[in-house]
Amino acid sequence: MKQLALPAATLALVLSIGVAVTIGPADLALSEVGRSVATHLGLGGALGLEPLSALRDGMVWQLRMPRILTAAAVGAGLAVCGAVMQSLTRNPLADPYLLGLSSGASLGAVLVLLAGVPLLLPVAAFAGAVGALALALGLAGALGTITPTRTVLAGLAISQLCAAAVSFVIFWSAKGDAFREVLSWLMGSVASATWTSVAIAGGAVLVLGTLLALTGSVLDAFTFGDTAAAALGVPVNRARWILLIGVALLTGALVSQSGSIGFVGLILPHAVRLFTGARHRLLLPLSALAGASFLVWADTLARTVFEPRELPVGIVTAAIGAPIFAFLLWKGNR
Amino acid sequence: MSAGYLSTQTPSTGRIPNTQRGLAAGRVSWDISGRLVLDDVGVLAPGGAVTGLLGPNGSGKSTLLRVLAGVQQAGRATSPSDAGASAPPSGPGSATDPATTFDGADLRALPRRERARLLALVEQDAGTDLPLSVLDAVLLGRIPHRSLLAGDSDADRAAAHTALAAAGAAELGDREVGTLSGGERQRVHMARALAQQPRLILLDEPTNHLDIAAQLHAMRVLRDLAADGVTVVAALHDLNLAASTCDHLVLLDQGRVVAAGPVDEVLVPEVLEPVYGVRVDVLTHPRTGRPVLSFDRG
Repeated sequence: MKQLALPAATLALVLSIGVAVTIGPADLALSEVGRSVATHLGLGGALGLEPLSALRDGMVWQLRMPRILTAAAVGAGLAVCGAVMQSLTRNPLADPYLLGLSSGASLGAVLVLLAGVPLLLPVAAFAGAVGALALALGLAGALGTITPTRTVLAGLAISQLCAAAVSFVIFWSAKGDAFREVLSWLMGSVASATWTSVAIAGGAVLVLGTLLALTGSVLDAFTFGDTAAAALGVPVNRARWILLIGVALLTGALVSQSGSIGFVGLILPHAVRLFTGARHRLLLPLSALAGASFLVWADTLARTVFEPRELPVGIVTAAIGAPIFAFLLWKGNR
Repeated sequence: MSAGYLSTQTPSTGRIPNTQRGLAAGRVSWDISGRLVLDDVGVLAPGGAVTGLLGPNGSGKSTLLRVLAGVQQAGRATSPSDAGASAPPSGPGSATDPATTFDGADLRALPRRERARLLALVEQDAGTDLPLSVLDAVLLGRIPHRSLLAGDSDADRAAAHTALAAAGAAELGDREVGTLSGGERQRVHMARALAQQPRLILLDEPTNHLDIAAQLHAMRVLRDLAADGVTVVAALHDLNLAASTCDHLVLLDQGRVVAAGPVDEVLVPEVLEPVYGVRVDVLTHPRTGRPVLSFDRG
């Protein structure tokens, strides 16, 4: 049954993306989505499909598709980051959002936008994520033995500091609609995603996510702690730093396109582990696929439930994720 | 003070083979925050035998095992002024990492993965919060034996099942690690170590927190391993358990070896009393003929 999990999850993701594109203020049929995609991939002629009208084609290909694909890439990447962090730090509460990486990345991104060099956006977001991670782990270490709770508290402090700095920078510099921009960085949003966003977030997930997903054996070795990993022949410190930097790179690339979206990295790996168990060979790719579908649907909810108003997608993921986070805390303290 | 202990050191007798078979380590030293924990330890664990590592709390048993396993670096001896450490490091050159050899091979010179195929470490109280089946936990022991990109092969699964059977845990394979009793979990950890197919296995208090039946079971597994030619080194708290099971003993006190040798040479009042600070009477077990110890406050 587990062999079928990856194909099934892939199919579910493709269907989710297709169906999500049809949902919105103007109704589109699934077949129209297929026709538009086929046309743009240059398969329309070969399959004998009629192109859509320019208006409807633009709706599929220019408005909804980039947004939904960005959501899928961000969801996949965050879920992988969460799974890797939880294993490396042996902390069931670890994820890029709770440990402050996302806020740090947002701060880096906002500063670079303010300075007017948008090309450096992913780089600055990466620097912000690394800085926040180093501060959070450093603070947790300074408090004594690094326990999950201390790490989360330290991450929370760093996260709040970065979030405040993001708000400050935007209010200081922006004119007009500053609160909307603050919200979209702090709560996350893929509303303004373009094909460039798809390229950055998707490219990062394909490259870094794949590399991280290949480290399953190394992460497995950490299951019973650092000593056990070392006794299995893993260079513990080197592996931890390389993987954490990979996570920070990926988080930076994602956050530069979506702002900080919470709870995806926290809850998806836990949900997938219920099915796969704790070993990573299946956990990592399956978390990626499930995270992608999850965020596609969370974003679809965010843009349709209160139509024509749109929620930042982070509100939806928090509404689903926060109760699960509370449950994990409760379970961890028993 | 150490001079008094050292004077009781038992000369090794014919029970210790003087070939290179087994584990030998000289001058392993380590300090934690200025405190000298292990100094000048010369451990000798004969090949294919069960060696018990004894000593009071804080005598450095766990540290020594971790240094021997290569998961903790042996440090340089600190200067005598630090924390009142009384033993001066002898000679500037000799205080650095000494060779730790097993069957003649320098363990520390081996690449990590190769070392992990040769020796396994069973820690005290290793646990996980994550849902993990027993079989998956044991399969972790196969990591040093396969490419980092590979999944479990049939050979890995076969080795895991063999290891589970050898540890007396064959029926636990489908359970979750989190649901096991202490004794069952210890068996699983032993099975994980056995799945590494080591020739040397180091165990940190494998009987800790176990009921008596589980303790005897764990020691039985160690005896069986030794019978198969595996060299076993186990840190033990219970001197009577050591007396009934081990072939060879190493007694540590304050980071030093104070005695090493066959069981009946180490488990004698003159050696034990100054180390543990209690009075010791050594009796003889009516059936096995092995020593049985009785203690009272001196």
